[in-house]
Amino acid sequence: MSLPLPWPFEREYMQLALVSGLAVGACAPLIGTFLVQKRLSLMGDGIGHMAFAGVAAGLLTGVSPLWTALVVAVLGAMTIEWLRLRRRASGDLALAVFFYTGIAAGVVLTGLAGSLNSGVLTYLFGAVLTVSPGDALSICVLGVCILAVVAVTWRALFSVALDEEAARVAGMPVDALSLGLAALTAVTVVAAMRVVGVLLVAALMVLPVGSAQRLARSFGATLRWAVAIGMGSVVVGLAVARAAALAPGGTIVLVAAAAFTVTAALDVGGRRAA
Amino acid sequence: MPLSDAGHGAGGRPDALRLEDVGFSYGRHGVLDGVSLCVGRGEFVALAGPNGSGKSTLVRVALGLTPPQGGEVRLFGEPPAHLRDRWRVGYVPQRAVVVDQLPATVEEVVASGCVARRGWARRPHAEDRHRVEQALDVVALTDRRRTPIVELSGGQQQRVFIARALASEPELLVLDEPIAGVDAESQTRFRDALVTRCHNDGVAVLLVSHELGAVADDLDRLVVLRGGKVVFDGPPADLTAEGVSLGVHRTDLPVWLEGPG
Repeated sequence: MSLPLPWPFEREYMQLALVSGLAVGACAPLIGTFLVQKRLSLMGDGIGHMAFAGVAAGLLTGVSPLWTALVVAVLGAMTIEWLRLRRRASGDLALAVFFYTGIAAGVVLTGLAGSLNSGVLTYLFGAVLTVSPGDALSICVLGVCILAVVAVTWRALFSVALDEEAARVAGMPVDALSLGLAALTAVTVVAAMRVVGVLLVAALMVLPVGSAQRLARSFGATLRWAVAIGMGSVVVGLAVARAAALAPGGTIVLVAAAAFTVTAALDVGGRRAA
Repeated sequence: MPLSDAGHGAGGRPDALRLEDVGFSYGRHGVLDGVSLCVGRGEFVALAGPNGSGKSTLVRVALGLTPPQGGEVRLFGEPPAHLRDRWRVGYVPQRAVVVDQLPATVEEVVASGCVARRGWARRPHAEDRHRVEQALDVVALTDRRRTPIVELSGGQQQRVFIARALASEPELLVLDEPIAGVDAESQTRFRDALVTRCHNDGVAVLLVSHELGAVADDLDRLVVLRGGKVVFDGPPADLTAEGVSLGVHRTDLPVWLEGPG
């Protein structure tokens, strides 16, 4: 069943892609704003690689890869954050260890599953045009959960991102909030996996935020701009991909990158150094 | 004498901050050696000492960020880990970090100081907005409230972080080198803000600083730390009697601090 939408979204598969893409286009920059503030821009990338191991485990065992990826990504993300909080490893070292372990485990598990089949490529590079109604529903449910949690916790997350130590002195549950943000990042990565692929998921968490920071003059406005640019990149990216028969995941990210370039060029006063 | 008997100031209420015989070392390198220090309610105390004398470690231990390896720490009569209303302690960290791209307004940063007090998942109510207004007013930044913090001078940014600490209406304010490199106007505003909160509202203040000129006349006590030990604890006038001036010859204190023995 398809809705009466104009080109390029008149077909059902494009509408499913649009719905899934919009959910991801809203959530990824929202979470990304807090990660960028905490100088953890590459967190999404590291978690994406662990999610890949989860996908491979799902393909090997016959369980839905979305759910196996969710379990592996959430556990991995919380472990990275726990190591960072306990100062057992610096943020980027902890990320690198999990980054490579994840991708190596993914490769080994995929090998066990038979071959580097098309199922794996779907998650590596995204395949938003083949999203089933069930997938779209799962992605939207994850998206709504993320939006609801951020709506309640954004002030607390902002206070921790601003100054972890002062927040700790004031009695904020810094560890719980940081672990919660890591878990939310993992959920976002998994939701975005089918849309842009694990290799590009972090781009949607970072690029719209970079653009928003140049346009906004407050944190609240940064969140709104980042979400608007993320969703706009999805709509424009899908349309361009359809018109020119391009890979949609990569096109969405290229549109977000173009938006970043334009906002950087417009930021003539150099209000904020890059 | 155990702290439970000694940790009460005048009027029977526990002191805002009390350290008793606190020791701390990094490996073999001793940093704090039997430090005792007390800040009573409504008392304005400065902590001075040369670089490497243990001031920052002392602040971390006092705030409960680092547990002491010996001795006892009490905030309002409680061990830091057991203090329930942590918002009663306001903290202005040394050189509060402003990320170059931080897209936050002055008001947003100050309002973040209220989050812990009202409960992290709750929305701000009228009382919070009033506290933010007051804190902005105290540091004279009300007219810059919608300005992104990155567009302010270093001194103004420091005032924003002081306002953030004031926004929870703390009963103890700990400031780590808050006026290093701050312009003269900001120093005056800063002094006025602290003195008002301390002497009018009964807030206990522990100010860690090299530069005490701006507040020299307002201090109730000065504590000098050198080599991890307290070498002076008393009214600044007593130090003046030793020929060291905090106010007129503002260079005296640093010279005296850095000097031998």
